[in-house]
Amino acid sequence: MTVDTSERTAVPAAPRRRLSRGRVLLLSVAGVVLLLSLTRVVTGADVLTSSGTAGALLVLALPIALAGLGGLIAERAGVVNIGLEGMLILGTWGAGWAGFQWGPWAALLAAVVGGALGGLLHAVATVTFGVNHIISGVAINLLAAGFVRFLSELFLVGRSGGGATQSASIVGSVPRVSLPVLSSGPDLLGRLEATRVPVLADLGGLLGGLTRDVSVFQVAAVLLFPLVGWMLWRTRLGLRWRSSGEAPTAAETLGVDVVRIRYLAVTLSGALAGFGGLFLVLFAGRYIEGQTGGRGYIGLAAMIFGNWRPGGLLSGSLLFGFTDALRLRAPDAVIALLLLVAVVLLVLAVVSFVRHRRVATVLAGATGVVALLGWLLLDSLPLQVVATTPYIVTLVVLAVASQSLRPPRAAGLPYRRGQA
Amino acid sequence: MTAVRRLGAALAPPAVAVLIALAITALLLTVLGVDALTALRALVDFGGSAQGQANQLRTLLTGAVPLFLAGVAVSVAFRMNLFNIGVEGQYRVAAVCAAYVGGELALPMPLHVLVIVLVAMLAGAAYAAVPAVLKVTRGVNEVITTIMLNSIAVGLAAYLVAGPFRDSTAGEGGNPTTRPLGESARLPGFQDSFLLLGLQPPTRPVTGFIVVAVVVGVVVALLVSRTRFGFELRASGANPTAAVASGIPAKAMVLRAMLLSGALAGLVGLPELLSEDYSYGTSFTSGLGFTGIAVALLGRNSVPGIAVAALLFSFLDRAGPSLETQGIPPSVSTIIQGTVVLTVVVVNEVAARLLARREDRRVRGRTEPAAVPAAAAQQGEGRA
Repeated sequence: MTVDTSERTAVPAAPRRRLSRGRVLLLSVAGVVLLLSLTRVVTGADVLTSSGTAGALLVLALPIALAGLGGLIAERAGVVNIGLEGMLILGTWGAGWAGFQWGPWAALLAAVVGGALGGLLHAVATVTFGVNHIISGVAINLLAAGFVRFLSELFLVGRSGGGATQSASIVGSVPRVSLPVLSSGPDLLGRLEATRVPVLADLGGLLGGLTRDVSVFQVAAVLLFPLVGWMLWRTRLGLRWRSSGEAPTAAETLGVDVVRIRYLAVTLSGALAGFGGLFLVLFAGRYIEGQTGGRGYIGLAAMIFGNWRPGGLLSGSLLFGFTDALRLRAPDAVIALLLLVAVVLLVLAVVSFVRHRRVATVLAGATGVVALLGWLLLDSLPLQVVATTPYIVTLVVLAVASQSLRPPRAAGLPYRRGQA
Repeated sequence: MTAVRRLGAALAPPAVAVLIALAITALLLTVLGVDALTALRALVDFGGSAQGQANQLRTLLTGAVPLFLAGVAVSVAFRMNLFNIGVEGQYRVAAVCAAYVGGELALPMPLHVLVIVLVAMLAGAAYAAVPAVLKVTRGVNEVITTIMLNSIAVGLAAYLVAGPFRDSTAGEGGNPTTRPLGESARLPGFQDSFLLLGLQPPTRPVTGFIVVAVVVGVVVALLVSRTRFGFELRASGANPTAAVASGIPAKAMVLRAMLLSGALAGLVGLPELLSEDYSYGTSFTSGLGFTGIAVALLGRNSVPGIAVAALLFSFLDRAGPSLETQGIPPSVSTIIQGTVVLTVVVVNEVAARLLARREDRRVRGRTEPAAVPAAAAQQGEGRA
């Protein structure tokens, strides 16, 4: 302990070179591709970076990411939204109910409205009545689960083959697009993937899968992330929004209508979660009870993982989506994930060691070694255990990095107008 | 007088909330084209025959036991503002461990049950120790870790029951389960004792675990209200800063509260294990932990309140079949449950505000007339 502090005081903190946001993004993408490529070459699991996996990744990550984005805009305005799961459920029901009658565009509308209503309820309870945010969210999750069953029994049973737990199939289809030249027509990325050259083929597979034959809804959803980032950090409204989440009483004295912003934020939050629900319904082709499978909660975890920023949240969601995609498409290749997890954790351990964080080093190092041993010694992983990988990784990341996370300061705290 | 008033103040908000929830549900039903009166009648309908009524009473009591235990488990952590969303995962892990140990062991009757109960409590506490330790050492919020651990518990339990804990004597086919408990671990229930109350005995017994639930309820109530631990728990919840200032170890309290909550959560699956299924399989009831949160909220964290809330929830659950025979979706009972919880938390908040305002006015009324002349006198003195 004493050695540690003396070292810290002896070495003056060198001014750390700050990289521009764009470079950080490029570097991390490059790092991920390299890591994946390395894992693919070492394990021989080509499915890791195939375009099919990338396509599935997009489908599976978007509901999580959108729920997380909902959580992000609510918490940035100062309201913790555990009720995202319930809003996601309302979104899936709305999408299923409207979708089997009037097609995907109506499903979009109904999903967003359904989620937004859930958000509005949360806003009334937390902002107007000052109910504890977590309590209200838990109650909304319970209520939503019961409410959709009730609605199904009233409006889905016996209608074109729907039942109490599922709707009829969605009619119609969503327009799909591809990038010209790169992923359609000459399909340069597809050709790159076929070469199987390390790194290049991986890049071709991942980019090709993410840009080939994607629905316009998916494109819109992905665009929401830079949009929200721009809105929150580059506009006047965004400044007010974030100040409601950091110091609502101070914001109030400067004339910001905290209550109105919070209402807007939480309602929009629900709408985004509902939009996420739409993707689950479109993926399954119908509404199925329980198809959210706790993704609202996972979205919340992805948001924390991403340090309450859209980019971080998106990477967290991709992590969850990736494990999901592999588990569904190639259960045998999942063992390769262990190597990936091991490398990430060991890097994290080295970083923590350099920064003199002893507990974090031990935590990350130990789990990393366990993962490495698992990869070396096991032939296959039981599927049930594989399903838990993203949660375990999140737990480890939270345990290691929780000190460097910075939530909005006033998120979840009671606030009433006129306290200032 | 004051006792009556205090009781009234404690009972009035939940009662008002239940009435509001019923009104909202009735309105909702009417809007959606369902006859609300028929639904209400079906809710309170226990059937005409003595046998049917006894059976419904049995369902009501048996269903309330796990809900009560889950509610108590949640409330212990709630008392110091810890959100143990993880009761769900804790009872699942506890149930699979207890089922395995109980199935593999052969012990005389009371000892066998006791070992199973202990294993369940230990497993639940051990699983709750993860978020507790992460919170204390790394400052990770327990809400998010318990949510993660709930998902992990689903996978863990499925893996255990399909792999290491699987009943090796059963064939390969069929859903995997743990080895069924021996006769010595099967808890006797209450059936003929209904005759003592002048009732027909139900066709299946009420779970004997109800005795354990009552004991747990009494012990927890005493622990929270009459012991040093309980005082420190409540103090840490009411005002963490003041608690730390008066020497209550904050970190140790987090650990103790979470471990106790987890140990109690371990009991939640036992009524089903010891007196219904006798093994853990894929069909083991899930979701009790989440409902437990609702029950704890409705019961306002007090043990008697939680008992009433658990009975209310079980009462509503029980009405499912009779609603169905009336042509009304049985999920009406779930809606009422959800609405009740939401209205209860809102009404609690409103009641607290009203109370604070009244207190404010009372204090002001007492001090102001005295303060004003004094100030005036002082001013006068200054002038003179």
